Amino acid sequence: MAVLENVGGAFQLTEPFTEEKVRSLKVGDMVEISGMLLTGRDAVHKWLSDGNEPPKAEVNLQNSIIYHCGPVMMKKGKNWIATAAGPTTSIREEPYQAKIIERFGLKAVIGKGGMGEKTREACQKFGCVYLHAVGGAAQVLAERIKSVEGVYGLDTFGSPEAIWKLKVERFPVVVTIDAHGNSLHKVVEAESAEKLKSVVEKIGK
Amino acid sequence: MNKTLQKNLHDSLVEVIRKTSAELPNDVFESIESGRKQEQEGSSAKYAMNIICDNVEIAKRKSQPLCQDTGTVLFYIHFPMKTDYELLQKLIKKAIVSATKKGYLRQNSVDSITGKNSGNNIGPGAPVIHAEPWKKDTFEIKLMLKGGGCENVGAQYSLPDSRVGAGRDLKGVEKCILDAVQNAQGKGCGPGILGVCIGGDRGTGYAASKEQFLRKITDKNKNPELAKMEESVTREANTLGIGPMGFGGKTTLLATKITALNRVPASFFVSVSYMCWAFRRQGAVMSPKGEIKKWLY
Ligand code: SF4
Repeated sequence: MAVLENVGGAFQLTEPFTEEKVRSLKVGDMVEISGMLLTGRDAVHKWLSDGNEPPKAEVNLQNSIIYHCGPVMMKKGKNWIATAAGPTTSIREEPYQAKIIERFGLKAVIGKGGMGEKTREACQKFGCVYLHAVGGAAQVLAERIKSVEGVYGLDTFGSPEAIWKLKVERFPVVVTIDAHGNSLHKVVEAESAEKLKSVVEKIGK
Repeated sequence: MNKTLQKNLHDSLVEVIRKTSAELPNDVFESIESGRKQEQEGSSAKYAMNIICDNVEIAKRKSQPLCQDTGTVLFYIHFPMKTDYELLQKLIKKAIVSATKKGYLRQNSVDSITGKNSGNNIGPGAPVIHAEPWKKDTFEIKLMLKGGGCENVGAQYSLPDSRVGAGRDLKGVEKCILDAVQNAQGKGCGPGILGVCIGGDRGTGYAASKEQFLRKITDKNKNPELAKMEESVTREANTLGIGPMGFGGKTTLLATKITALNRVPASFFVSVSYMCWAFRRQGAVMSPKGEIKKWLY
């Protein structure tokens, strides 16, 4: 039996997020996540790499999923609501990501635009996947956030950079780096470069 | 300008910003729809295109930004000769501040020296306003919001370019444009639209390439040679297999729009601007009283 249930073409990745579950995924797979995502972008990645860590009682990074996202948040009464929550470009975190995957046993990283060799290797070694959300789809993705469960570092990092705890349901992504050393970005880039060569030849001198 | 005209213009400008930020123009949406139909059922390209279409629908219904990066604010305007242009500029800035407060625009303008966000989208170079007076008594206000992700994958080539095998001719131009598409991969949130300028200098070339985005996706270039190149670039780019978001697939480019400027004999630039699928541009004609008379897209 497959490790993850497939509903309408999308594998359902639910809590607890385990190595077995993410290792069952391969590049090109469509996935819907249900459970907790933790946002983190430039400031947080730098801060974690400097050896810092949020108190576990507030934010538990162990075995978690980090989402490269600076959401637009509004406060309604006591609760926060995400009004836009699309991915931001991931490659900026490339210098930090591999170490953070190792240290916290991250099970997935979500973002857009793909990541580099160090992250690909860390995914393979430590059992993690890179999941690509649809860039620009701020509204669809915000609708899949069912509640905001908390925030850490709002004062130090500011709203877009803080660690937001987002409870999501069927949050749609595509696996572009799997835990077996494959990167869809590498494949598409190499294949399109080959095709470009033949197009350039066709255009001629 | 009397008080009523000022108030009407301000309100009309805010409405132009709202509509631009929340609603994809029809010509763009239709082109995305036909891209979606081409992608194979069950593929990740189709999956991405479905999500994009849903996003367009939700943003419009909720009057919320299509994408959270509401981009660089670029105005292209015509105004009656007798208008106090300084005042008009002030009104535009005021409208941007109002639209930011209402959440149609994200706080998106950062001081390049201190890194501080101005908080209201106003600052040196923000907004960008291209303005020309005209003989009519109406105002024409066009607006484009261009996100950072796609702006980052724009490129400028100086011909000849041996790396891409491009000589100083139209064949060389075409090779450069396709090279830019291959380099961009999915990073500009494709499927994308290209604006290209052949010639000009480094500054005017990029500016003219961006102005191409004011053209409708469906229009045809009046210059037959450029019309031919627009079609062939789009067709060839779509054989590269980059696809939506770089997931692989058929829809890499929705359209290519090309213009040309004279150049000095020593320079031969090809400037390529990339626009993401969240192609936000709108425009309106406003009456002498400043009320919106007609939408342009
Ligand atoms: S490139 Fe366009 S769609 Fe992508 S994040 Fe930027 S503005 Fe949004």
